[in-house]
Amino acid sequence: MNWGVLLFPGSNCAEDCFHVIDQVLEKPVKYLWHKDTDLGDVDAIIIPGGFSYGDHLRPGAIAHLSPAMTAVKKFAEAGGLVIGICNGFQILTESRMLPGSLLQNRGLKFLCQDQTLRVDNADTPFTSDFDEGEVFVCPIAHNEGNYYADPETIVEMEENGQILFRYASPEGEVSDDTNPNGSVNSIAGIINRAGNVVGMMPHPERSSDHVLGLSEGKKVFTSMLKHLEATHS
Amino acid sequence: MLKAIVTVMLKKGIFDPQGRAVQNGLESIGFDSITGVRVGKQLEINLSITDRDAADKAVHEMCDKMLANPVVESYSFNILEA
Repeated sequence: MNWGVLLFPGSNCAEDCFHVIDQVLEKPVKYLWHKDTDLGDVDAIIIPGGFSYGDHLRPGAIAHLSPAMTAVKKFAEAGGLVIGICNGFQILTESRMLPGSLLQNRGLKFLCQDQTLRVDNADTPFTSDFDEGEVFVCPIAHNEGNYYADPETIVEMEENGQILFRYASPEGEVSDDTNPNGSVNSIAGIINRAGNVVGMMPHPERSSDHVLGLSEGKKVFTSMLKHLEATHS
Repeated sequence: MLKAIVTVMLKKGIFDPQGRAVQNGLESIGFDSITGVRVGKQLEINLSITDRDAADKAVHEMCDKMLANPVVESYSFNILEA
């Protein structure tokens, strides 16, 4: 089970992701460079957070056109697991591998805080270790995390169970009061129709190691690992 | 030599919090005739192309591929003599 963490100039959460795979999951992991055209032997790809290309123009606007992203698209089209976290999510929407887009937070502030999430679909390769409706705390750190898609797309995504995580209260209630950034339907994380590409604004890699005080985010990676082990055996 | 002036705006109907903040700011200093503000981006692109049709085609392609995100943004541009 080889994992790849894709690095762009300006990525700043790559080491955290690498640490989770290397030290917490204890699985082989390597960095991939944005200029790579061949990703080599990887079974899952993490696109980490940060400010790829300085977030110039729009977050992810320049990164999604890099050579490695062409390879990531091919990898995903062949069924490979891809998860984009924070800026990685923005890159995946810019590349149209995921629907919608991430706009500036409605309060115009960069938000850096712990956030309670509710799991709305636990039947995916990225969420199988969670229970449906489970609530957990996961940090957010973003300026453009306000998820938007047109109303028809939202209806389609809701019907297909493509909403994996929503911002919620500790009791699991979803309302405008618990929505930090103005995301439509409090959407914090989504999956593509094929079920192998995920984007989420919260940082599970920052809540995967008990020494950090939060470890429930680890279930994202352990779910992926289970799926990989089941499909590669 | 030609130059393209490209304007990229959030699509109509998408809330623009920056525009709202600017409107609030203008109103706070006494401008009471504002019914809306939207903030966009302007890009000036100098081209080595001399043919206007070719420039038009190239700038359209730039906008579609990178400068605007059609999910949330619209664009327009003018081609001028540089």
